[in-house]
Amino acid sequence: MTERKIRVLVGKPGLDGHDRGAKTVATVLRDHGMEVIYTGLHQTPEMIAEVAAQEDVDVVGLSILSGAHMALFPRVKSELAARGMGEVLLVGGGIIPPEDAEALEAQGYARLFGPGSPTEEIAEWIEARMSERLAGEGGRA
Amino acid sequence: MSSAADIVERLKAGERAAVARLISWAENGDPRFGGALGALFERVGRGRRTGITGPPGAGKSTLTNEFTGLSRAAGRTVGILAVDPSSPFSGGALLGDRIRMEERTSDSGVFIRSMASRGSHGGLARAAIDACDVMDAFGFEELLVETVGVGQAEFDVMEAVDTVVVVLCPGAGDGIQAMKAGLLEVADVLVVNKADVAGAERLLTDLEDAVSLRRRAEGAWEPPVVACAAGRGEGVTGVWEAVERHRAWLAVDGHLEARRARLRLAQVRGAVAEGLDGRLWRSGGLDERARALLAAGETPYDVAAELLSAVSAGSVEPEEVSGS
Repeated sequence: MTERKIRVLVGKPGLDGHDRGAKTVATVLRDHGMEVIYTGLHQTPEMIAEVAAQEDVDVVGLSILSGAHMALFPRVKSELAARGMGEVLLVGGGIIPPEDAEALEAQGYARLFGPGSPTEEIAEWIEARMSERLAGEGGRA
Repeated sequence: MSSAADIVERLKAGERAAVARLISWAENGDPRFGGALGALFERVGRGRRTGITGPPGAGKSTLTNEFTGLSRAAGRTVGILAVDPSSPFSGGALLGDRIRMEERTSDSGVFIRSMASRGSHGGLARAAIDACDVMDAFGFEELLVETVGVGQAEFDVMEAVDTVVVVLCPGAGDGIQAMKAGLLEVADVLVVNKADVAGAERLLTDLEDAVSLRRRAEGAWEPPVVACAAGRGEGVTGVWEAVERHRAWLAVDGHLEARRARLRLAQVRGAVAEGLDGRLWRSGGLDERARALLAAGETPYDVAAELLSAVSAGSVEPEEVSGS
């Protein structure tokens, strides 16, 4: 029990009920040695942030297929910040038009992976960011 | 990067994120954990610790959720530790126990933490005790530890609690039969869940027989066998009453003190074993010596004997692990 593992929350905020994508990503991240907490469907931003805080995760991944991404990402971000979790890496996937993705990324809300993104790319991006971060903290958080 | 003193203050101020971070430190074997727990230790020991174990699919999460509901109705706060096995291949884990307790996320009187077993010998039990201590120090009154009753590491977690509830269900086949022996030994309360399913009566009788056949010292606890259908909320109160009866038994003749002493010993052993392991192998140069001796044609047991005597003779000088 002396190894620092990357902990990731995979959540489905809002009303869409399709979680095959979220489950696929969760499995890939597990296979990359990460500890993945899956929250299930229909979560509010408050619920997602609360789970992220209780589980002390490093990364929150949201799958949004409902079109409500422009509202949901900023709300999850502010709920996380309200719980002292502002440093959490926020990533997202789903049906998100490129211009929306650019806007959200430019405003620093999240790194987004659109349809067709290789799942390996998501895992590798998280690993790269986390290794930078852990190196900066002397290996500990 | 926060200090132990800082996180202790945040926990005392009622910040739940501090509970979460301390549990992470415990899981990761962070050297700051010991100091933090030390500063909180006078607050530890008030919470009542109940473990829920059994084979996959028996209804552990559902029962945990029902126990939580009963405790909340009685005005008691609840801290839950849900343990799931890590993948032996990737070391990763999918932790999904929260899904069945989703309604609790918005209740500030409930805290749920998922923990992956990380496949370590002994370390998991130590980390589970640590996590309970942290939730206890925060002030959670009912501490529920849920784990899959397969594999020794997951089994050892039951050392972290005062009362062990073993949940079984009918129709789970021969695998359960094989598992039952070990599970029966740790059980303080035996639950036949899914009592509405065919075969439940038979399982109940089998378990009662098994319990009555076991030799027991005078005054020892005899685990009751209780039926319920947790998914329908039926019979759960009866199970909880059995837990309460066990607690009443613990409260007399030093039974609870004996349990807690065993728990503290397991915690110390875990910490010592992990500490020694890390210091010897990482900084004591044992790896290099072992490799060299093996390469020189010595047999594994000769190498082990040589290293052990080197350690006892003090000729292995592990460097101090720097705390922060």
